Amino acid sequence: MIGTWQLVRLALRRDRVLLPIWVLFLVGVTYSTTTALEELYSSQESRAMLGITANANSAFLAMLGPLHDWSSLGGLVVWRWGVFSGLFIAIMAMLVVTRHTRAEEEAGRTELIAATVVGRHAPLAAAVVVAGGTSLLIGLLQAFALIGKDLDATGAFAFGLSTASVGLVFTGIGALTAQLSENSRVSNAIAGGFLGVTYLFRAAGDAAGESGPQWLTWLSPIGWTEHVRAFGDDRFWVLLLPLTAFVLLVGVSSYVVTRRDVGLGLLPARLGPAHGTIGSPFGLAWRLQKGSLIGWSTALFGVGVIYGSVAQAVGQMVEDNPTLGQVVQQIGGADAMVDAFFATVTQLLGLITSIYLVQAVLRLRSEETSFRAEPLLATPVSRWGWVASHAVFALVGGAVVLAAAGLGLGLVHGVQVDDLGGVLPRMVGTALVQLPAAWVVAGVALALFGLLPQLTGVSWAVVSVSLVLTLLGPALRLDQWVINLAPFTHVPKYPDITFGPLAWLTGIAVVLLAAGFAGFRRRDLTT
Amino acid sequence: MTSAISVSGLVKTFGPTRALDDLNLDVRTGEVHGFLGPNGAGKSTAIRVLLGLLRADSGTARLLGGDPWKDTAALHRRLAYVPGDVNLWPGLTGGEVIDLLGRLRGGLNPRRRAELLERFELDPRKKGRTYSKGNRQKVALVAALSSDVELLILDEPTSGLDPLMEAVFQDCINDERERGRTVLLSSHILAEVEALCDRVSIIRSGHIVETGTLADLRHLTRTSISAELAAPPNGLAHLDGVHDLVAEGNRVRFEVDSDKLDLVLEQLVSTGVRTLTSQPPTLEELFLRHYEDAK
Repeated sequence: MIGTWQLVRLALRRDRVLLPIWVLFLVGVTYSTTTALEELYSSQESRAMLGITANANSAFLAMLGPLHDWSSLGGLVVWRWGVFSGLFIAIMAMLVVTRHTRAEEEAGRTELIAATVVGRHAPLAAAVVVAGGTSLLIGLLQAFALIGKDLDATGAFAFGLSTASVGLVFTGIGALTAQLSENSRVSNAIAGGFLGVTYLFRAAGDAAGESGPQWLTWLSPIGWTEHVRAFGDDRFWVLLLPLTAFVLLVGVSSYVVTRRDVGLGLLPARLGPAHGTIGSPFGLAWRLQKGSLIGWSTALFGVGVIYGSVAQAVGQMVEDNPTLGQVVQQIGGADAMVDAFFATVTQLLGLITSIYLVQAVLRLRSEETSFRAEPLLATPVSRWGWVASHAVFALVGGAVVLAAAGLGLGLVHGVQVDDLGGVLPRMVGTALVQLPAAWVVAGVALALFGLLPQLTGVSWAVVSVSLVLTLLGPALRLDQWVINLAPFTHVPKYPDITFGPLAWLTGIAVVLLAAGFAGFRRRDLTT
Repeated sequence: MTSAISVSGLVKTFGPTRALDDLNLDVRTGEVHGFLGPNGAGKSTAIRVLLGLLRADSGTARLLGGDPWKDTAALHRRLAYVPGDVNLWPGLTGGEVIDLLGRLRGGLNPRRRAELLERFELDPRKKGRTYSKGNRQKVALVAALSSDVELLILDEPTSGLDPLMEAVFQDCINDERERGRTVLLSSHILAEVEALCDRVSIIRSGHIVETGTLADLRHLTRTSISAELAAPPNGLAHLDGVHDLVAEGNRVRFEVDSDKLDLVLEQLVSTGVRTLTSQPPTLEELFLRHYEDAK
């Protein structure tokens, strides 16, 4: 463990911009969400009304979880922001751990460090300290932000610690996945996939209220945050679950560290073919991108299956509960509820898919900065041909991923309502409607790559902002023009599909893509 | 004789840094041309401009009769490139990368590929992530050398090779010369350049400071002479072209401008010579002189 503190300082120095942004963003959203909810639901009646509708609307239930306690402002904040706050802290923790462990090792810098007076466990320990510490710091500052809004202090700390605990669990997950693979991209993908499953278990458990498989939420670290019931029962003992998980995961990871060589993973490298069959830039791009495409398609098919299977329970929930039934009748009946559920679900699927598209586009940049593009572009491969070989995975691959999600939704729901022939094509179509908006996000990434290559990382900010604006914008009472900046705002909602917005979204995407292509044709290769 | 590469007045800036500053370079068809300079002198930048990866700010560059920025794809069919930093795709084997680059260039010679793999002792079945720096370079070298191209552009291709492999590399380049191919070899390993190159260009701070055959360059420099004479030297110190003379009794040591060698030797012979050693200038001295001048 010798040298851990020096490595912590090194990590903090390297992340001196990134970490403060995460902290400010997550604490800032906590504060502004509280302010917005305070204004929106100032009266006790409006809160009660929100409570009934929120718990009756399975789209809300799947996305945010149940609203346990609407009598206090704190309860509203927990409902509106708790799950997402935990999700974001988990992403932060996972990225930070990988960045300071596997990515360093992959780049050969750990070797440089390991040869100095530094213990074998120090790099992992330092990454865990930084990621776990930042998670706790965010949680505590969130608690202070809530106390600053005159909320109950016990509840505020229960909330802050519950969201921070997701960060701790994913610090542990990141530490473990970093040991498994030799490649930081793969270890992030495994950890990210696990985070997705975690969210889905919670979503599936919550979506149909008490009619659904609620026990699933107990299997999910994000579900645990709900069970803390901040501003309600304040069940601090639930936090023992994430704490135990954290200790176990870090313990196992540090055991693995002692069992393997620096630079290698647990999964051993094997010999491959002596001769190759790849003969074109597209062939290479397929080889590099197919794993991610297949993984995403399978994952989103799974998401579709889970949401599809919940849809019937949504209708069931209305029948089970007569008081709910009345409220639901006012907003259009059980069918309208199921429609609204699908509208929300497909929008969520579209937003998630945009992450895949950006990742596929940014592969271009990582190929360039790692000097792997250079030898290719020194062959007769044209710049356009090379960009196109990867862009195809964003544009067409995005359609494949969305279609897989729609297939999952349609298959299960179609079988359940005994109308596979009608439901399946409708669901696939509804999912594909999200494509033009996702293309716009991919277009921004490609335009940045072509015109401002040093700033391609901003693409992730675009993804995050579009996610926050679409999902939380209305609740945060942002001006409509701000919400309109997010492409997914303009996607027609199921079942009222109109083609106008789809056409102009596609138009914007085409312009952005063209700018990216033209820009790259003219610029220098840079690192 | 035609030029495979002809560059004049090339300028390339990166922000405040002037990486290429009025660069002139001429590589004749069929020669092995050494491109010498220390780290950061602009060798890789010049090569990247020649490959159309960077766009020059001003000046002209012609490569195999074409414009490297505009005729990129057509020109790249006729050349092969080995970068200084070879990074491979972690999941692809060396053999797959060799075949990929070969196919993209329009095919490679399978017999030659097998022969090169053997000579370089490279296992093509290993994944990119498991190769050492030297082995990654071998992958790029095998891919380049087994392609059927007119021009090889090699950017410090041996910086990770051991001395044994360095010798194999030199054999291979000599084979290429016999096949009539043109080679631009950037390097800071002087022995390698001395052993391989017909002509040499020395670059300093983005500008070519010296170019010519090794003989030409040597001509500009001094030969070291040490001799034991029959009698103490007479009038040697005043002779034009003699430098740093040290005389101890009948022994002398000095340096002489290579073009004044005749006169000086006549003077020595007239005194009577017992022993004589003469050492031609090494490229290293030449090189150091240029760089020390700059300081």
